[in-house]
Amino acid sequence: MRKTNLTTIILLLALLVAVVGCGKPSRNSNSAKSGVVQIKGSDTMVNLGQAWAEVYMKTHSGANVAVTGGGSGTGIAAMIQGTTDIAESSRPMKEEEKALAEKRGTNPVEHEVALDALSVIVNHSNPISKLTIDQLSNIFTGKITNWKQVGGLDEKIVLLSRDKNSGSHVFFLEHVVRRGNEKGPEEYAQSTLMMPSSEAIASQVATDKGTIGYVGLGYVDPKKHKALTIAKTAAGPFIKPSIDTAIDHTYPISRPLYWYTNGQPKGEIKSLLEFVMSTEGQNIVDKLGFAPIKKS
Amino acid sequence: MIHKGKANPAKKMRRLTEPLIEKFVTLNGAIAIIFVVLIMAFLLMDGLPTFRSVSAWKFLFGRDWYPLSEQFQTLSLILGSVVVTLGAVVIAVPIGIAAAIYLAEIAPLRVREILKPMVEVLAGIPSVVIGFIGMIVLSPWIKNVFDLPTGMTALTGSVMLAFMAMPTIISISEDAIIAVPRDYNAGSLALGATSWQSIIGVTVPAAKSGIIAAVMLGIGRAIGETMTVLMVTGNAAVIPHSFIQPVRTMTATIAAEMGEVAQGTPHYYSLFAIGLVLFAMTFLINLIADLALQGTRVRR
Amino acid sequence: MKKTRLHPLAKQRLAFALLSLSAIFVVLPVLAVVYLLLARGLPGINWTFLTQPPSNMMKDGGILPAIVGTVYLIFGTTLFALPLGVLAAIYLSEYAKPGPFTRLIRLSIVNLAGVPSVVYGLFGLGLFVMLLRLGASLLSGSLTLAILTLPVVITASEEALSSVPQSFRDASLALGATKWQTTVRVVLPNAISGIITGLILGIGRAAGETAPILFTVAAFYLRDLPRSVYDQAMALPYHLYVLSTQVPNAPPKVQWGTALVLLVLVLGMNLVAAIIRTRFRRARKW
Repeated sequence: MRKTNLTTIILLLALLVAVVGCGKPSRNSNSAKSGVVQIKGSDTMVNLGQAWAEVYMKTHSGANVAVTGGGSGTGIAAMIQGTTDIAESSRPMKEEEKALAEKRGTNPVEHEVALDALSVIVNHSNPISKLTIDQLSNIFTGKITNWKQVGGLDEKIVLLSRDKNSGSHVFFLEHVVRRGNEKGPEEYAQSTLMMPSSEAIASQVATDKGTIGYVGLGYVDPKKHKALTIAKTAAGPFIKPSIDTAIDHTYPISRPLYWYTNGQPKGEIKSLLEFVMSTEGQNIVDKLGFAPIKKS
Repeated sequence: MIHKGKANPAKKMRRLTEPLIEKFVTLNGAIAIIFVVLIMAFLLMDGLPTFRSVSAWKFLFGRDWYPLSEQFQTLSLILGSVVVTLGAVVIAVPIGIAAAIYLAEIAPLRVREILKPMVEVLAGIPSVVIGFIGMIVLSPWIKNVFDLPTGMTALTGSVMLAFMAMPTIISISEDAIIAVPRDYNAGSLALGATSWQSIIGVTVPAAKSGIIAAVMLGIGRAIGETMTVLMVTGNAAVIPHSFIQPVRTMTATIAAEMGEVAQGTPHYYSLFAIGLVLFAMTFLINLIADLALQGTRVRR
Repeated sequence: MKKTRLHPLAKQRLAFALLSLSAIFVVLPVLAVVYLLLARGLPGINWTFLTQPPSNMMKDGGILPAIVGTVYLIFGTTLFALPLGVLAAIYLSEYAKPGPFTRLIRLSIVNLAGVPSVVYGLFGLGLFVMLLRLGASLLSGSLTLAILTLPVVITASEEALSSVPQSFRDASLALGATKWQTTVRVVLPNAISGIITGLILGIGRAAGETAPILFTVAAFYLRDLPRSVYDQAMALPYHLYVLSTQVPNAPPKVQWGTALVLLVLVLGMNLVAAIIRTRFRRARKW
């Protein structure tokens, strides 16, 4: 009896896999068959993708664009699998992902669609108005714990960061905390408060004296908090975060945001990408707090 | 197969199909086993490769969860889950058991008729709604009361989880208490005990194993809860030192990071490995609960 | 040392008071949640909200695709969970003999019920989305939710089947019906209300889940409704999650409105289950 049961289980297992397996769609059926353009990926960019899709559909009747978050990795994996047309990513593709794409026969093409510049903000009562990347690194790793160590008031520093699933968290870690050395040993200080949104960081900094945090350009509100000017080295120059300084690459804490497509885009996807790069598309970038890749 | 006499064709058919049907139904009976095995297989398949780059000891007891620098040590996450769950248990167990006793032994019929559906409603509220309310209502309150830099703390998670664990604890404990034969209580009363003395001295101890099962299942519920903790506990992967600091649980880590990882990377595998640890923990908790319940069944 | 001892009856009064106090901790949060959702959610709900897709960067418009997505998921989950669950229950109630195999099944059901929802999400991602190449789709999501619902459906159905009196079966068998005929034509119809109740409760639970659909179906924004089972879909719980964590400056009206619609849907299903249960319980002939 026991033996029959075992074979039974194995049989059913095989059956299940077979049944579901038979029903599997051909590659790309998600997108190609139903005429829907799929955008998937980075949570940093999901609102951007949504806004683009919404406006694009308004101006192009008949077009149908679906947007999904889930993260850069999800988007790239889906693109490689052929279940999305466009992968949004707040980081360049990793070696592992490129290898997998090659193995699966996909040919990812990179498109820079926007810039993300992070402003470092402090409370208005804080007399500090400029810092170097080095000082920021020391502050966020916890080596510097009091504002007086960088020439400010005798006040404890409260560190605010986005949580780990945010692209900004990674970006700030690699470019500021690790001073651009991506695999460097530095980490955020253990006392760093991981905030769920840029909103939360902005409002916290507005009310609490000793706080320092980083947010996207669009979240800076000069009435509520102060954005610091940043220099790569103590020799300067100290650059004010703005769309202009992000575009001309003088502001040190900015990064490109990407779209990846399988091969050069064609048809609806191409038209969508052209829209994104147009003045109208880049205005949306501006409106959402990112920096356009070129000046309009 | 040889049939004697002139069996009509329909009947013959039936004789042939009946064993087949039985086989098919048996196959289906095993469905739960199959899925448990499949889930385990998938977690093992994608979780075990983690241990090529980090030893199991370090994975479980190392302090540094820094996936970007390939440091996959989950002690802070495990302790995060433990702290939040512990807090939830401290709140939900006494209230849950008390409410179960009240429902089973004391409450007038009318009150029972209102309370029971309330417990079901509480159980029915989706976790994302509980998380949302925790975020908007409880978290600012906790921030102000304790004068904290953020209201996203382990305590916030514990309170919200307690509400989610309570219905489980209440309904299973209540069943256990009701299942205690009436004569136990009657005997005690006849000996001159007050009805409270009978409840606490006779009925509740007799329902002990059922109550233990209820508590274990409540713990299982709390430790496996994902969205609520993801939304309200602040998600800082540090070793927790108090209840009023942000923590990051295992479940929240999987939900938050799974989307960002590249498939086939050590980070990807380590998230499945966390899933494996989680699965093992809940498996154990449910096993204990099941054994406890088995105890009551045998005795009855 | 002298202890102040309360009279047993006074002690009883105190204990009972404390116990009834505990009931307040059950009632209060439920009332608070319902009140908050109604007070803050109702103002946001109107015809546009229920019949339009989101617009103006999720700040205006409605949540129609999320409502429809959740309804589709409910149907899909039912489609898979009902036959599998009921057949498993039929085995346990009608065919299974006590022994290690049956014991193992029961243990598996208990453990399946205890698996964290995010682990179901991982499993759905690994099996349906990746291995079987179904992609993030209604099919993957429904299958994942169906497995999550199975323990509830099996347990409730088995209970319903077992509560059908043995005499019914004996009568049918005595008339020459086979075991399967008896099960399908006699036992099942008499247990149907219990099965449906369990199913609705299970599906209601699944409809409110977020973690299992994160990686298997949920879309952030779709203007149109899904057209095939291979399409992604928006879903109410996921929509509430993104509105409260990912969309900057999402208007509270929209957040609370979404939460209210989700709660009404889920509790509505619970209510339907409760009504069926009491109706049939009253109508039961034995």
